[in-house]
Amino acid sequence: MHVRVQAEPFDFGAECGAFAAGRCDAGAVVSFAGIVRDRRGGGLEAMEIEHYPGMTERAIAGIAAEAVRRWSLADVLVIHRHGRLPPGEVIMMVATAAAHRAAAFAAAEFLMDYLKSRAPFWKKEIAADGAAWVAARDEDEAALSRW
Amino acid sequence: MIEVLYFAWVRERVGRPRERVETSAATVAGLVEELRARGEGHAAAFADTAALRVALDQDLAEFDAPLAGVREVAFFPPMTGG
Repeated sequence: MHVRVQAEPFDFGAECGAFAAGRCDAGAVVSFAGIVRDRRGGGLEAMEIEHYPGMTERAIAGIAAEAVRRWSLADVLVIHRHGRLPPGEVIMMVATAAAHRAAAFAAAEFLMDYLKSRAPFWKKEIAADGAAWVAARDEDEAALSRW
Repeated sequence: MIEVLYFAWVRERVGRPRERVETSAATVAGLVEELRARGEGHAAAFADTAALRVALDQDLAEFDAPLAGVREVAFFPPMTGG
């Protein structure tokens, strides 16, 4: 299980490759990347991501451990960035390794649902016409109930 | 003494990321009452606790949770990671 919270960029392809390389314990690897999306019509300068050092790492590790337990994962990787990220930057990724694909897909979705609403990160949209905190969406909270 | 941390718009409204607070409050809700009285910024930050989340020693908690033995309390809006 690998959890990294960092300001620095990372190479999504290289991380996926390294995660999948040399595995004999898993027949399936699933990965997901979250990317800073510009506003419709453009104008977003950056997404500022704040976190709670200490609690963020602990919360992600707890969520990842729960995924490993539920789907008997061979391994899991979570990387989440903080700081100021312009549109197109990779914000975060998850990768899961399991014996079969159904478990790897389900665990990746579980990780994403929980990271969105239970890992202490807050996003602020910075644009030329001002800055605004991104509000949590009811759908994101509701998504947790399916697990 | 208890360490109180603020994040996102709670931090902006209070005007600082953290402060040390001398409190005799028994619960989080009691502490919130004391913090509200500290000034306009605090009052604005804590106007609606339904819009806030709280963590005690880095674990999510409820506003009726006891403060006994707690060293670090954090207040923040609902999380928006991912």
